[in-house]
Amino acid sequence: MSLEKLQLEHIPLEYQVYLGLFRNVANADFLHKQLLSRNSEFEYAFIDASTIISRIHLLSAVYSAINSLLNGSLRTPNVHSEIVMSLNTNNNISDAYRRWGITPGKTRDLVVVKVILPPNSTANQNLSQTQTPDEQTIYGHLEQHVQGTPTPVTDEELAQTTDWAKVRKYYRLNGIQSLDKISDEREKRKQCESLVIVGMALRGL
Amino acid sequence: MANSMLACLSQDQPFPLPKVLTHWSSAPATLITQGAEGRLYKTTHLLPSRPCALKYRPPKPYRHPILDARLTKARLASEAKVLERCRREGVPVPAVYAIDAAAGWMMIEWIEGIPVRVGINTWLGERVDTEENEEGEQPAERGDNDNAAAPLVDLMKRIGATIGALHKTGIVHGDLTTSNMMLKPASPVEEIQPNGHPETENKAKALQGDVILIDFGLATQSQSDEDRAVDLYVLERAFASTHPRAEKLFDAVLQAYKETFTKASSVLVRLEDVRMRGRKRSMLG
Ligand SMILES: Nc1ncnc2c1ncn2[C@@H]1O[C@H](COP(=O)(O)OP(=O)(O)OP(=O)(O)O)[C@@H](O)[C@H]1O
Ligand SMILES: [Mg+2]
Repeated sequence: MSLEKLQLEHIPLEYQVYLGLFRNVANADFLHKQLLSRNSEFEYAFIDASTIISRIHLLSAVYSAINSLLNGSLRTPNVHSEIVMSLNTNNNISDAYRRWGITPGKTRDLVVVKVILPPNSTANQNLSQTQTPDEQTIYGHLEQHVQGTPTPVTDEELAQTTDWAKVRKYYRLNGIQSLDKISDEREKRKQCESLVIVGMALRGL
Repeated sequence: MANSMLACLSQDQPFPLPKVLTHWSSAPATLITQGAEGRLYKTTHLLPSRPCALKYRPPKPYRHPILDARLTKARLASEAKVLERCRREGVPVPAVYAIDAAAGWMMIEWIEGIPVRVGINTWLGERVDTEENEEGEQPAERGDNDNAAAPLVDLMKRIGATIGALHKTGIVHGDLTTSNMMLKPASPVEEIQPNGHPETENKAKALQGDVILIDFGLATQSQSDEDRAVDLYVLERAFASTHPRAEKLFDAVLQAYKETFTKASSVLVRLEDVRMRGRKRSMLG
């Protein structure tokens, strides 16, 4: 296993995006503590996989965060917190962490996103970072500290961990007649995904 | 400043690209239209396999920058919210993918297919050609034959039903023309079977597909008969000028509108009124 390296459209090539999924994570409490204490070795977006419906959903948040970074318009301390924030439909950061972030004692499956900025980027707050870490280094660190089963970040895997009751609530998908009318399950998911994404896109507007 | 702007101009790009399109992408964006308010590019969202339309409203140099930014943001937000509302209510419009209101753009689902305007003109054009050759009749007479016009009438009905569905949600479009509707090919399984006659196949294909409403830049929330009637009137006039030979079929639009939308009758009464005012105005010149 390793992380997945991704090149998103309309993101400069020097920005590297890595994705990972860990199933049945046993030490969510420990990971949560590292974030709370701002341990600089844990610069990741940790996302509760139960709130993610698909790759497009996840990648939309990653794109939105990096786009804000490129425009100098981050609303949170860094690109990783901005990814969690971008999953929200409003600009309340503690709300975003509570819903999409790690919840001690609750989070079982964990999506990890790591964005590496170009070494000389003005947006790069991590000045101590002399060398950009490579994939092996990042994966090694995660493997060492995340007690869970590394899993490919596919739509199939993500679908297995989705908690639809939560997703419906967070993205206000309940009581939509046009959704209830769709009988084809795949079509219904596609429509849900499009409503989730427009909800995120309209954040703060 | 002028120099750096020139540097962005290239043979393929008549305008400096918005910043978002200067970053890496798997394929260059294509400029589709340059309208009064903005530009529309075809590009990609997240992945090379996910085409999107990027609607960009460039800054207006003659407006105060703070005011300009605020107006652009408000307009993008309003258009995107209308699209969201339509999607939630099941009205066929493009999905919204991403918005950067401060930068003046939004990415929306790319709708494959052709504008309704092109479909109708293709169909009318080809019909005339073949039948003139066969019978030597005048093109102006063509619309009279109910049977021959059936595919067009069917499209008109789909248009009327779509507008009915839109009005039911409490939104009026504000700029209904056959350019602001797309004909999206139906999923491959439903596609017409080849019958070995390329001409009739193309003809039938020109009017096929789902009607998708686009360009909600002027849309507003309204439940008034007047606003709804004006929506229909604007489309009626657009038909008259863009497709004069299809004008007499416009009743099919109104018929389907009435069948889809329970509050249609009072709108149609109002439409008479709006037409009358329109005629008076055109008589006055
Ligand atoms: N989502 C889309 N998918 C495919 N083509 C599109 C899409 N949106 C627009 N187009 C094409 O681009 C043309 C212009 O788009 P649109 O009408 O939205 O912009 P506009 O008229 O410049 O906007 P506005 O009237 O708000 O200034 C359309 O007529 C259509 O041909
Ligand atoms: Mg238009």
